[in-house]
Amino acid sequence: MRTKFFPILAHVLAIIAVAPLLWILISALKPAEDVFSFGWPSSWTLDNLQYVLLKVPLPRFLLNSAIVSVIVTVVALFFHSMAAYALARLRFPGRGIIFSGIMSTLLVSLPVILVPLFLVAKQLGLLDSYAGLIVPSIFHAFGIFLLRQYYLNIPRELEEAADLDGCGYWRRYWSVILPLSRPVLASLSVLFFLANWNAFLWPLTITRNPDLRVIQLGISGMQGQYASAWNLILAAAVIAAIPTVVVFVAGQKRLVDAMKTTGLK
Amino acid sequence: MVTTTAPPSQPAAVTRPRRAKAPASKKRREALAAYAFLAPDVIGLIVFVALPMVLAFGVAFFKVDGFGNYKYVGLANYQLMGSDDQLWAALKVTGTYVITFVPIAFVVSFALAMLVRNHFKGIGWVRSAFFLPNVVSLVVVGLIWQFLLVDKRGAISNLLAPLGLGDVSFLGTPSLALGTYVLISVWFLMGYQMLVFLAGLKDVPKELEDAAEIDGANAWQRFRFVIWPLLRPTSFFVVVNSTIGAVTGLQAFDLVYVLTKGGPARATSTVVLYIYEQAFTFNNMGYAAALTTVVVAMLVLCTGLMFAFTRGGRFDED
Repeated sequence: MRTKFFPILAHVLAIIAVAPLLWILISALKPAEDVFSFGWPSSWTLDNLQYVLLKVPLPRFLLNSAIVSVIVTVVALFFHSMAAYALARLRFPGRGIIFSGIMSTLLVSLPVILVPLFLVAKQLGLLDSYAGLIVPSIFHAFGIFLLRQYYLNIPRELEEAADLDGCGYWRRYWSVILPLSRPVLASLSVLFFLANWNAFLWPLTITRNPDLRVIQLGISGMQGQYASAWNLILAAAVIAAIPTVVVFVAGQKRLVDAMKTTGLK
Repeated sequence: MVTTTAPPSQPAAVTRPRRAKAPASKKRREALAAYAFLAPDVIGLIVFVALPMVLAFGVAFFKVDGFGNYKYVGLANYQLMGSDDQLWAALKVTGTYVITFVPIAFVVSFALAMLVRNHFKGIGWVRSAFFLPNVVSLVVVGLIWQFLLVDKRGAISNLLAPLGLGDVSFLGTPSLALGTYVLISVWFLMGYQMLVFLAGLKDVPKELEDAAEIDGANAWQRFRFVIWPLLRPTSFFVVVNSTIGAVTGLQAFDLVYVLTKGGPARATSTVVLYIYEQAFTFNNMGYAAALTTVVVAMLVLCTGLMFAFTRGGRFDED
């Protein structure tokens, strides 16, 4: 619009929206006795960060989260792209039913099936194991849906050329479709990594062993253990949040593309 | 590689010749390849999503103890619900949460989308700033606000002190805790919903707005008669999505768990938190499964009602 009012309002609101995050960052760098002091700290310190990294097994939690997030992301993208390729490019009996079946699972969220999923995982011997953290987190219809939409728009001629060269379905998928889907795979990997790094409810349910604790469990556990040592809790929270903010800033455009497509295109 | 145990290939080609020129063996090969490609995800989704879903309805008829022994009890788990005051409290909390959170989040995120719709200097940073809370985990969000809301010493108390509200305990007062939880959820989700609205706004043709302006429509009229009707499918998606999120989403568990653990006096005890407590604190798996089926029914009902009221978000009759 012709006025400057709305852009200025937007900037002010944006600052208010991120203020809590900045406040936490600053507070985590204050000495313990200053953590509630209102305003700029009198001195800065890295003691809090150092403490939680050395005295609390935070590196272990971070490593667990990294292992789980990376494996889930890679395997899920592989499986989802395979399924999406079949649904978008191949003709076979039952395609409509299988597609609707997969899509209908989108309505089911984790809290809804938590209890029976736990019983299934227990039967499969997945309790208290990396497999228990990883395997059930892989399967989600959202990625299949998004990849299928993308694959529907790839021109058929590209595949036909490969077909004439005598490539089987696997080669067509691996050498033609997969390289062409790098942008959408990149978007989804940002999304999947964030979702798994931030996962809390499933790790809380499936693990008891402290060595298997992921970072979100680790920091929430500090609530009880260090009840009023807010300087330490905040330092740990900041460390847990850094990878997500870095991934967001690096993959921002891709993430936004994927998010926008979520419900609409 | 996982070999397929999916449906055996049927000679459907005989009854429905779809691509006449392709020989039967090629069709068969294509179908077999498709099943092989689908097998890992389909098997996974069946085992880890569909099976638990079905299982919930079965387990609801059993009493399951801590050692995993099942004892058939018929409808006893459902009969228990009538006299379970904590369940009714949780249902009330969830209901209140939905009817306050959904409209507030809708209005806030829509307003933000309109605000950052047109280009201005620094728009990239502004959009990111609104979205940033959504990137941080709900556990971190919970910890952040717990810290900001610490009684008397927290930043919010300091901010409100000049207004004489410095002593208010937002998370410690039953009548305020739920409202606080709603506002924190809005802060967390507004950026995501803003993006969805922005995507919808992108599809509103600029020419339509310009034409309306030439015809003498003011800003409000352009909004009311051009933008708003065209956004109906987007609005429908946002409302359904945030309702499902509010009833059974992670924010109804993670955030409450970290923020208040359902307190004070169960003022923020959502249904999914209550189910978790029944299952994993009190080891009542059967009862938790029965509660799960009730939540599923509620969800189906909610979505169905919204669909009926909005005719699925279609916009052709306006």
